[in-house]
Amino acid sequence: MSYLIQSLENEHVKEELPEIRIGDIVKVHNRIVEGKSERTQVFQGTVIAIKGQGPATSITVRKIGAHGIGVERIFRVHAPRVEKIEVLRHSKVRRAKLYFLRDRVGKRARLKQVRR
Amino acid sequence: MKGLIGRKLGMTQIFDEQGVMVPVTVLEVGPCYVTQLKTPASDGYAAVQLGYGEVPEHRLTKGERGHLKQKNLPTLRTLREFRVREEELAEFKLGQKLLADLFAEGDLVDVTGTSKGKGFQGGVKRHGFNRQPKTHGQSDRERAPGAAGAGSTPGRVYKGKRAPGHMGHRRVTVQNLRVVRVDPERNLLAVRGAVPGPKNGLVMVSLARKNKR
Repeated sequence: MSYLIQSLENEHVKEELPEIRIGDIVKVHNRIVEGKSERTQVFQGTVIAIKGQGPATSITVRKIGAHGIGVERIFRVHAPRVEKIEVLRHSKVRRAKLYFLRDRVGKRARLKQVRR
Repeated sequence: MKGLIGRKLGMTQIFDEQGVMVPVTVLEVGPCYVTQLKTPASDGYAAVQLGYGEVPEHRLTKGERGHLKQKNLPTLRTLREFRVREEELAEFKLGQKLLADLFAEGDLVDVTGTSKGKGFQGGVKRHGFNRQPKTHGQSDRERAPGAAGAGSTPGRVYKGKRAPGHMGHRRVTVQNLRVVRVDPERNLLAVRGAVPGPKNGLVMVSLARKNKR
């Protein structure tokens, strides 16, 4: 890729972003615009997939919502709307995509914790 | 009408002012020099001739060299004309250097280039003909063009009948592309969407002729 394109892309890449890994429990602070007012919504869950690279990098975050219903949201981590991402915990995982968690319920859907 | 010559660098995705990710083509435009002003008095029409791409002197013919040296301009590979209205001619000066900041973010532009050559292609790819059945007793007819016209009246195939042939490598203009980013320092322009031609292909960018806004 041309270095000129790369330099243009780099302007859209956040530098202050923490290192996010598959299986991490993260809190995503997302700014949402409702009509004229703005507020920040926090979404907490497990990172089950990381896709793309550069400014187009996105993560899929899965959490178990009300009534035990699984909720997944996809965030472009470098988007200006995403204010902050906190990494709370790491998990021990052995694959790049944790889609198998979708088929598991309750205790079987847990991941092993690691302290780093 | 304002215009610039440049080359296509490639495509990527960036965030626009609203924070929405948009697909863009990155173009290097300029520095372009005004190499000649054509006036109705001298040439019968009004146009601005621009030059782009500095090359060593020996790459140009004597005629080209003379044309540029006379005006104390660098040796430029590409010369292209942009038609302007007569009263707009006054905005340009011979030898003037034009950079990417000729355009502003949010402008709509037309981009002209030479599309990628596809070689000799059949009717299905070239003109979007329908494919014929793969089964029900067919053999070797899947991508055939089918009938070329009626029978003994008119007894010939009409001129302009779409048929297999050479595809691509022709002049193509894409209209009304939004300028998402302007970088005057590096002379970069990011326009929303795709642009004809390969990477490093020559493109001409001008303000949209049919601005819908």
